[in-house]
Amino acid sequence: MFEKSLTDLIRGIRANKKNEQKYIAACLQEIHQEIKSNDPDIKAQAVSKLSYLQMIGYDMSWASFHVVEVMSSPKFSQKLTGYLAATQSFRQDTDVLMLTTNLLKKDLASGNHLEVGIALNGLSHIVTPDLARDLCQDLVSMLSHSRPYVRKKVVLVLYKLFLKFPEALRLSFPRLKERLDDSDPSVICAVVNVICELARKNPKNYLSLAPQLFKLLNTSSNNWMLIKIIKLFGALTPLEPRLAKKLLPPITQQIQTTSAMSLLYECIHTVIIGEMLTSGGNSDALAAMCVSKLKIFLEDPDQNLKYVGLLALSKILPAYPKLVAENRDIILKCIDDHDISIRLRALDLVVGMVNKKNLTDIVKRLMSHLLPSNNNNESSTLPSTLLEPAYRADIINRIIFICSQNSYSNILNFEWYIAVLVDLTYVAGVNVGELLTTQIMDVGVRVKSVRQYCVKAMQRLLSDSSLLENCQFPESNSEVLYAAAWITGEFCSYLETPTDAIGYFVQPGVTKLPHNVQAVYIQSVLKVYAYWANSLSYNWDEDSKQELLRFTEMIKDKISMFCSSTDLEVQERAYNAREIFSIIHQNLSTTHETTFDVENNIYSSTNKSPSIISELYPLFFSYELNPVAPKAQKKVPVPEGLDLDAWINEPLPESENSESEEEEESYGYGYTQKFGGSGDLIFSSGTAIGRRRDRKSSKKGYNSEEDEETKEKVTINSFCI
Amino acid sequence: MIKSVLIFNNHGKPRITKFYQQIDIGTQQALLQEIYSLVSKRPDTACNFLEGSQMLGGKDTRVIYRHYATLYFVFVVDESESELGILDLIQVFVESLDRCFENVCELDLIFHFEEVHHILSEVISGGMVLETNISEIVSAYSEANKLKKRSGAIATISGSGAGAVARDLGANLANTVTSTLQNTLQTTVSATFPTFRRNTGFNT
Repeated sequence: MFEKSLTDLIRGIRANKKNEQKYIAACLQEIHQEIKSNDPDIKAQAVSKLSYLQMIGYDMSWASFHVVEVMSSPKFSQKLTGYLAATQSFRQDTDVLMLTTNLLKKDLASGNHLEVGIALNGLSHIVTPDLARDLCQDLVSMLSHSRPYVRKKVVLVLYKLFLKFPEALRLSFPRLKERLDDSDPSVICAVVNVICELARKNPKNYLSLAPQLFKLLNTSSNNWMLIKIIKLFGALTPLEPRLAKKLLPPITQQIQTTSAMSLLYECIHTVIIGEMLTSGGNSDALAAMCVSKLKIFLEDPDQNLKYVGLLALSKILPAYPKLVAENRDIILKCIDDHDISIRLRALDLVVGMVNKKNLTDIVKRLMSHLLPSNNNNESSTLPSTLLEPAYRADIINRIIFICSQNSYSNILNFEWYIAVLVDLTYVAGVNVGELLTTQIMDVGVRVKSVRQYCVKAMQRLLSDSSLLENCQFPESNSEVLYAAAWITGEFCSYLETPTDAIGYFVQPGVTKLPHNVQAVYIQSVLKVYAYWANSLSYNWDEDSKQELLRFTEMIKDKISMFCSSTDLEVQERAYNAREIFSIIHQNLSTTHETTFDVENNIYSSTNKSPSIISELYPLFFSYELNPVAPKAQKKVPVPEGLDLDAWINEPLPESENSESEEEEESYGYGYTQKFGGSGDLIFSSGTAIGRRRDRKSSKKGYNSEEDEETKEKVTINSFCI
Repeated sequence: MIKSVLIFNNHGKPRITKFYQQIDIGTQQALLQEIYSLVSKRPDTACNFLEGSQMLGGKDTRVIYRHYATLYFVFVVDESESELGILDLIQVFVESLDRCFENVCELDLIFHFEEVHHILSEVISGGMVLETNISEIVSAYSEANKLKKRSGAIATISGSGAGAVARDLGANLANTVTSTLQNTLQTTVSATFPTFRRNTGFNT
């Protein structure tokens, strides 16, 4: 006998920590031999070793047949080994299972209740539809076995049978029900267990058992079973409202008297989910009692009780927000708990508790979770989970959610919210750039009063070189620069020094930004430039002309850095912009709109700026961007006699298209009239934002000549690179 | 329903894994690793309910655990189980182990993993609670143990001597377990027993 015993194997593994895999591989080799042995002891030992190796991740499905051999051993200890191996390794599709039917029948009929117990436990794991069908009768008759030890096991195994062979439920349910009156408490408990599981899937069918269960509720002192019964009633009462009335006295009794926190908790839980607070006569008193009992949970130093207390409150929240609000202070304290599980549960509640008054305070608390702690002692006690990206992202999502829910109805001060969003950009530490970008854009566009502040805040982001430097890391959230650039471009009239803003757009390093951000940068350069140049034209003189010339020259050079972008959109826009700047530059430097002042005998400039400058402005700012409700268009009645589908002019033949272009160019870029409300805050549900393009022009979809020209150049240039 | 019972030590080494639903072996190991990585980060002062499992996500699944000396006892359950009740059940299981092994320690579980499975099968059957009375559990086990000896067992509990080593190290769970509860479920649920958390860790 040189075979390793299970103990030897375990010792060996522990002694070979460094080359564990190699050692186990060698052992498996031996097991392969041993398992074929004719000596049942060696075979059983091999199977036992395999079960151990299965636990640490080694497949043993190849040995299924040998497992069945060991299961059928007459020796009790070997039978135990065999059945254990089967429970650990057999699957529904294990083919040797069909060999086990007779074996199981034999073991179930054994005179030794312990052997029967092993077989029952084994069956609860390996049962298949076939086995369930074949053994159903045997098991049902075993419900009246003389030993409670067997009866309780049979009851539980029957549930597993029902899952595989639903027919068995119909056949055995009357017999199963009888067991509710069993003399042994463990058997009754097992039956209640099974009924609970069955009722979870189909509560209606078990309403008829209510009287019997009710009797148990009043007489039993087995807390484990009471918990199960009370949970079961929680599922039944919504189906049968009359039950609630009947249940209230015993449950109230339990709530008042029980010393077991688990039972107390389940009673309160059932009162909540069983909708008993709404059906009873003195529901206010009951609700108050539940809340005061839950308070005990929340105030308990035991973290577990605190946790389940919060869990229960979150279930009350949808129906009774006021009751939850009574515990606001405790809940807010739980947000700062050092235990992440409790924090998350408290956060769920907080999200439902937010109102106008406490929003800023709650957000402040949540934000503080994201900040590194100033106090060194404090930081060492914080669990590392707080620094985990998933947790941080969760916090940020919740902040945004509570602020933006119901169309921002909880926010009183939007400047504060913009400041929060900007702060989040810096402290997030996880990639939430997309979310922040949408929020900033949404608020910036929808809330007129905040625009000035928003533009200012965006300047801070744009000028921050650290965002640019770290833009290749997603957690730097440099994506918000998209919003920053867009807001700056669109609302550039709020800029104090537009030239500075343009400077930010073309500062070194911006070409490292994501392509979609770069594209917005270029467009924004144009927009701010158009605005600034136009504002110069009001006090047009030689100085401003020189300034414009110099600046245009500079910007034309700077914008070239985007021209070599690998992204086609960026490249196209860059060439577009550069072309526009060079046209303006050329125009400024060649046209000398000067007149001879006869009186003073000198040449002086006129006060009129070149038309090209004033023409650039309407390109971007003809009409203000306003929020438009998605259904707004439908609300405008179509004037009588207007057929929107009729052509205004007959469509032109293809060949003449080019000639007509010039003539129709005037509305090629046009935006329609300001549309929708002009209120400061327009918050219809799901407001969309947009400029309506002229219906007719977009239908035809042509470009202005200028565009066409640039496009050609772009194509040429991009091929030259 | 109880979906799974896992026992592993402070280093994530499995001591017992029991899955009441058939799961392939790769997933079993991955689950074990995930739960270990989440549980081991939690301080002993935190509550015994685990959140944040990716693999066990889903509203219906709860992970409830207790940490005794060098071992984590983890129960994965669904909504039909009472959270606090399961905490007590873990306690019942550990006390039963303690009585069966007389001052149980980690090494007992390592070298008697078949016996531990057997004791577990007297507490839980097919994912449902079978027995919560500790004396019933212990007597069923010792009865089976006698029968085993008679039928010529390969190794018996007193035989392999692993326990002795551990007892020398003075790191058995027993010191930590005893006292407190006579009958958990009958009296209260308990929830926290700071004394159990004493970490007398010996590394295995």
